[in-house]
Amino acid sequence: MLTILYFARLREVFACQSEILDAQPATVRDLIAQLVARGGAWQAELGGARVFRVAINQEMAQLDDLIPVGAEVAIFPPVTGG
Amino acid sequence: MDRVLIQEADFNVDVELEYAKKQGDVGAIVIFIGKVRDIAPASHANSIFLEHYSGMTEKVLSDLCSRAHARWDLSSITLIHRIGMLTRNDNIVLLITSSPHRKSAYESSQYIMDFLKTDAPFWKKEITESSSIWVEQKESDLISVKSWD
Repeated sequence: MLTILYFARLREVFACQSEILDAQPATVRDLIAQLVARGGAWQAELGGARVFRVAINQEMAQLDDLIPVGAEVAIFPPVTGG
Repeated sequence: MDRVLIQEADFNVDVELEYAKKQGDVGAIVIFIGKVRDIAPASHANSIFLEHYSGMTEKVLSDLCSRAHARWDLSSITLIHRIGMLTRNDNIVLLITSSPHRKSAYESSQYIMDFLKTDAPFWKKEITESSSIWVEQKESDLISVKSWD
């Protein structure tokens, strides 16, 4: 089981702040592929040229990073604070 | 001792400065304040909404302060970032770096802001009377960070 959080523009485009996935993708790349397969906005935002970031348990992650069981995964646009 | 806060309320620069003056060996203090710019000068309704990733933001900012301490001889760091709805001229971020010496206070101030801009999970949305747009990350911010390698 996996908790996924979405922030800022992605939260709005997906109309989703958080969701629980029953599946357990092995890596970030696998998770993204699973989300892209939903089509529509998911494919447009995560399957093309648009830049996004992923954090696992509140640490920045890369596509090949493994996702631990029960992890909190966040997907968000590049940050713009300050 | 450092002070790292994320809050909706404004900060009081005088109070924070007095705090910084009392932390260790202080020979130099640099204050940086980031503010909301005039997004659409013709409109009276311009504001920004600041969202963050609660939990991760605090970790990133604390880690950033630790890295600055490792790199420079700093007496203390105060870093306060606001969230929520803000309007033109409102304060967004306060950074006070203090050190026995001027150069460390200056350089660490720039370092912390450069990395805050690329690493801390905050997002700004610009809201005017006619539109609302999520701000895109600037290429120049990514280049600034690379200069610290």
